Amino acid sequence: MSGFDQALLDEADETVRVRLIVNGRKVACEVAPRETLVDCLRNQLELTGTHAGCEMGACGACLVQLDGRAVHSCLMFAVQADGAEINTIEGLTESGVMADLQAEFHRRNALQCGFCTPGMLINAQELLSQLAQPSREQIRDALSGNYCRCTGYEAIVDAIDAVAKARSGGGGAT
Amino acid sequence: MKARAFSYFRAATIDQALDAHARVGDDARYVAGGQSLVPALSLRLQAPRLLIDITHIDELRGVRREGGYLRIGALTRHCEMLSEPLIAEFAPLLHAAAPFVAHPAIRNRGTFGGSVALADPASEFPAMTLALDAEIEIVGTAGIRRVKADEFFLDLFETALQPGELITAVYVPLFRTGQRFAFDELARRRGDYALVGCGMLATCIGDHIKEIRISFFSVGNIPMRVKGAEAALIGSNLDAERIAAAQAALEGDLAPPESDEVPPAMRLHLARVLLGRLLGRLRDGA
Ligand SMILES: Cc1cc2nc3c(=O)[nH]c(=O)nc-3n(C[C@H](O)[C@H](O)[C@H](O)COP(=O)(O)OP(=O)(O)OC[C@H]3O[C@@H](n4cnc5c(N)ncnc54)[C@H](O)[C@@H]3O)c2cc1C
Ligand code: FES
Ligand code: FES
Repeated sequence: MSGFDQALLDEADETVRVRLIVNGRKVACEVAPRETLVDCLRNQLELTGTHAGCEMGACGACLVQLDGRAVHSCLMFAVQADGAEINTIEGLTESGVMADLQAEFHRRNALQCGFCTPGMLINAQELLSQLAQPSREQIRDALSGNYCRCTGYEAIVDAIDAVAKARSGGGGAT
Repeated sequence: MKARAFSYFRAATIDQALDAHARVGDDARYVAGGQSLVPALSLRLQAPRLLIDITHIDELRGVRREGGYLRIGALTRHCEMLSEPLIAEFAPLLHAAAPFVAHPAIRNRGTFGGSVALADPASEFPAMTLALDAEIEIVGTAGIRRVKADEFFLDLFETALQPGELITAVYVPLFRTGQRFAFDELARRRGDYALVGCGMLATCIGDHIKEIRISFFSVGNIPMRVKGAEAALIGSNLDAERIAAAQAALEGDLAPPESDEVPPAMRLHLARVLLGRLLGRLRDGA
């Protein structure tokens, strides 16, 4: 009992159909197995909020939520995500779950060119879902895999810190 | 860069995965968390014809007690090392090491089995299986066997795994009363691979060391126990003199390779510093 069809090997260059739920909508894409999830999101689904920087897991620009957890969309192939539920920055913006984080980033100049911002927001959202009141050190630690070339991080840490306090009822996001 | 073209097969059972690998041989690769393999494919360091996805195999999942061991399924994610209560209670050294493994999003996908199989000498978990005297459960077409961590790591990225074999689980002896552990690493930046890292597990009678296993990573081609240092500590209550003796013994235990970044003498020095700190923590019960 195998399930593995030898003929598969000759089809490496052909596309396969993957079904995903992206930002709450069912979608189907034709992808070559070698196509990464970030390329599929950007090129096929035209969801260009997810950025591709290093494409090696180092910069964090490509973070998306996969089945509710932050993952690097450059570190998986779209075929691996078949059947999964994905939320990108577009969907998370639309749903309003991180509106406070976005407003705070804006207010505190925690973004300049904005290239790193979607990844920063997704990471921050995940951090705050696990730790209601992280210390500044814990915030920095959580952001250790997200590169920002512009801000020097201080304003990003400030913004996340302020939202954490506001969300846990301590005020502060002013 | 983009990966070379390959075919993709999602295995539902261990048998399916082994069978697919057997039919394709050297040209096949298993993918678990993909957090090391996918970048290797993107950089074209590897170009298999077939990727066998093992992440949907239920038999590789789960953490449970079995006899005197905690059986940690190969697909246990790094983040679960932090969230799973059984691990915190019965394998606290793994729980302590987990925050040092990469970054949060990588920990959400990377797997324990993948980390041990890859056997990166700079990785935290392979070294901790040594400190814990863990056993690696391996399945191949010939059946299942268990290999002690002491016999598992052979050379740079080389392990007791034969081509096509899968790690199904790692068995860790249950943490007991009277045992103490410590873990830390020195890195340039949080989340980076360590310049030197170390974890240890001691069995004590009162304040005296009855048994101790100390494992270093990022100091050679494989994770390494330091038997000279361990021997220097047996029977001691970790007084300054014995700690100094253990630190001195590292000279004979470790032979860090030449590297452009960190000269061997500096790595040895860092290893001594780290050992001193961790033994101090073990003594103070931290
Ligand atoms: C930016 C970055 C930073 C990182 N930092 C660290 C770090 O500080 N410390 C650290 O330890 N790791 C680090 N990693 C690596 C990461 O932890 C990986 O998750 C881990 O090394 C491999 O696990 P995986 O499940 O992703 O394996 P994969 O990438 O899927 O596979 C790795 C190898 O193991 C094989 N394999 C996988 N599972 C099995 C199995 N069950 N049986 C047999 N073979 C198997 C695969 O065929 C492949 O050859 C980092 C990665 C990145 C991208
Ligand atoms: S693009 Fe994925 S981490 Fe840089
Ligand atoms: S705002 Fe430019 S990279 Fe962060």
